[in-house]
Amino acid sequence: MLALDPSFLAVQALSGLSSASSLFITACGLTIVFGVTRIVNFAHGSLYMIGAYTAATLVPRLLELSFGPVTFWAGILASALIVGIIGVIIEILLLRRIYGAPELFQLLATFGVVLVVQDLVVQVFGPEDILGPRAPGLRAPVEILGRRFPSYELVLIAAGPIVLGLVWLLLRKTRFGVLVRAATQDRDMVASLGVNQAMLFTGTLFLGAFLAGLGGALQIPRVSANTGMDLSIIAEAFVVTVVGGMGSVPGAFLAALIIGQLQAFGILIFPKSTLVVVFLLMAVVLAIRPYGLFGRAEIVGGSHAVGIASHKPLPGRTYILLAVMAALACFPLLADAYLLKVATEILIFALFAFSLQLLIGVGGLVSFGHAAFFGLGAYGSALAVKWLDMSMEAALPLGLTLAALGAALIGAFVVRLSGIYLAMMTLAAAQILYAVAFQWVDVTGGDNGIVGVWPSSWAGGPVPYYLLTAALTLVAVLLLKRIIDAPFGYALRAARDSEARAEAIGLKVRQHRWLAFMISGAAAGLAGGLYAFSRGSVDPSLLGISTSVDALTMLLLGGIQTVAGPLVGAAVLHFLRDLIMPLTPLWRLLLGLSIIAMVLIFPRGLVGTVQYWREERA
Amino acid sequence: MRRDVLLDVRNLNAFYGRAQVLFGLSFHLCSGEVVALVGRNGAGKTTTLKAIMGLISASATHATFKGHSLGRLPTYRIARLGLGYVPEDRRIFTDLTVEENLETGRRPAGADRSPWTPERLFRLFPNLAEMRGRRGNQMSGGEQQMLSIARTLMGNPDAILLDEPSEGIAPVIVQMMAEAIRAMKAEGVAVLLSEQNWAFAAGISDRACVIERGEIRFQGSMAELMADEALRAETLGV
Repeated sequence: MLALDPSFLAVQALSGLSSASSLFITACGLTIVFGVTRIVNFAHGSLYMIGAYTAATLVPRLLELSFGPVTFWAGILASALIVGIIGVIIEILLLRRIYGAPELFQLLATFGVVLVVQDLVVQVFGPEDILGPRAPGLRAPVEILGRRFPSYELVLIAAGPIVLGLVWLLLRKTRFGVLVRAATQDRDMVASLGVNQAMLFTGTLFLGAFLAGLGGALQIPRVSANTGMDLSIIAEAFVVTVVGGMGSVPGAFLAALIIGQLQAFGILIFPKSTLVVVFLLMAVVLAIRPYGLFGRAEIVGGSHAVGIASHKPLPGRTYILLAVMAALACFPLLADAYLLKVATEILIFALFAFSLQLLIGVGGLVSFGHAAFFGLGAYGSALAVKWLDMSMEAALPLGLTLAALGAALIGAFVVRLSGIYLAMMTLAAAQILYAVAFQWVDVTGGDNGIVGVWPSSWAGGPVPYYLLTAALTLVAVLLLKRIIDAPFGYALRAARDSEARAEAIGLKVRQHRWLAFMISGAAAGLAGGLYAFSRGSVDPSLLGISTSVDALTMLLLGGIQTVAGPLVGAAVLHFLRDLIMPLTPLWRLLLGLSIIAMVLIFPRGLVGTVQYWREERA
Repeated sequence: MRRDVLLDVRNLNAFYGRAQVLFGLSFHLCSGEVVALVGRNGAGKTTTLKAIMGLISASATHATFKGHSLGRLPTYRIARLGLGYVPEDRRIFTDLTVEENLETGRRPAGADRSPWTPERLFRLFPNLAEMRGRRGNQMSGGEQQMLSIARTLMGNPDAILLDEPSEGIAPVIVQMMAEAIRAMKAEGVAVLLSEQNWAFAAGISDRACVIERGEIRFQGSMAELMADEALRAETLGV
């Protein structure tokens, strides 16, 4: 049998080691930056991508001037240095302003950088993938137990421990390292001892970005630089840092080793999706050690709780509700088919964002993978139509149920966690589902998705489907609103504001949060199912990071502290996108900049700002 | 003996959220003297020290240190002027060894004095000398307190804000603390001491400020406060 052949096993183990090395070098930078700044830098993957592009462009030119190994490695280091400087620029322009902000805003702002970089990379390096040169002197493969193994991979295997050693020396034996480790624990105290934190943080960002750039640059002989590498590496780097314990360099090394081997051998068990194995590892580790292998409990400050507070019921809200219902019902009389389609999608996304509001605004649970439930609802409905030949009436509830079950499963793991670990775990879960949808081609259609998901004939056509969506969305939002105002909602808010106190008065915090996940997942699943039937198709992007971020952006745009916020945010974002996207190829850049601007100058959101003005005046 | 005013605090106000906790505090600290801020738990002693160091965002004062206005300076700049801070909960870096903790505090000394070195500090706190390589999380409260003071002295400050050095440590160590503060004074380091332990504060301080509910009730020499039993009974309960 192939799998038992010792030479095959050896080569698999070696390639596992070399991917572990690459992964560690990148993840190490992420974990160091987190340790000191407490910011999970989403843009770390973008820095990795810039490193790859820079090296793939720079190294061949240098090799034309002077061909040889020295030039090659100097080019790799130069690329990493350039990325380090870019990291410094990002720190000075953005990160420095959000060190005290809630995690959600930090994640969103750095994701804004991801979007900006995606467009800038295409502008600077062009839309084509760039294949880098092979390393001079390392072109011939070596023989290992009779099998050929690329010699460059052996160099990579050595690079990981070398970086670990150098980082260890830097952190243990230099004043910078001592201060970095001190700041990891207590930033205010370090400042009280006269250390300029700004310099320390800038230096840390340089180191982190340098390592990301190095990780990317080292890839050029193996894979071509491409525009998708930022999000794929960041998901893996998140898993490594979370499993290793955020902030722990040895933890990241150990986690990368384990994950490298799991990926190398997991391919024998789950040939379609090695990420499933990785996810299982992460779930098991976090179930046993909620802060990772070498991590420590995070101190979650009260300032990190953002969410809705209690408000007096609006006077005459019955009339408002009736007016909204009338307006929704009369809209088809005024609008054409295109507007109706836009309105349908806005309603769907409003429900999606509102379902997230229950988790974030009410529960304080920063889910960064809400697309998982939206996508489960969409895929559940589409699969039911395709494989079970179901009608829309049966497929929609099935999608909703699948999403609720998915939320129950994911929620069971994540309700033990808090803050950044919860965000990372939900993100990873969504990425796994994305990978499954992408790779399990026989069932899900892979990249092409599933087509022919049309509503039943009575609901076909823009007007009936709009009315169906409006009715279901309205019912779901009213139910969610009722839940938020019920004692259950109060319990969630109590747990959000002070977990310890909520537990001390007898609230079963985890059970409440778990239930919240299922309710929220079901609502998002309904939105996903409605979306599938509105477009007639599903594809993996529904499960992607950008879908999760869309929901967060709507929430942020409307205002996290308000109930109406997500609804307004969905409408505004959708309109802006329809308006701007056709006009410019740089819409991701614009969207990214808008997200960053929102976090920096408009953190209350639209509805929240209006409310704030009214309260200040009162 | 005439002394220069090192730290001059005028009209210090501080807020936690919308609640005001300090109301127009004014006092000063001269070079080479020990001044005790005394008062009950919650009177505002710790807040006063934090506000001086710029660690409380909502505070306003016209404080100066060696003639430099502290008003809008970030914490690290205040520390670099020569004002050290030893927080109440000691805040040792528990992952770092004793020597590494000392390294975090190291700053160059002024030209006119001999700098504090780990060796000199180990003579001041002999207990620390025996545990140079030990990590902060393996030290007793008293040892951590010594290390916290030593770490701040590594910055060669002209004055130290010392928050509750006697809290939660063994009586024999409290005695050592008193000795250490006298030794620091002898080296010319001024100390602003926040203390609830009356006997400890009375034994080592030249002057005292009594704080009650965020306001100064009394300022004067330690001898005057010792004599005023009625005031002490009312504000300190001793």
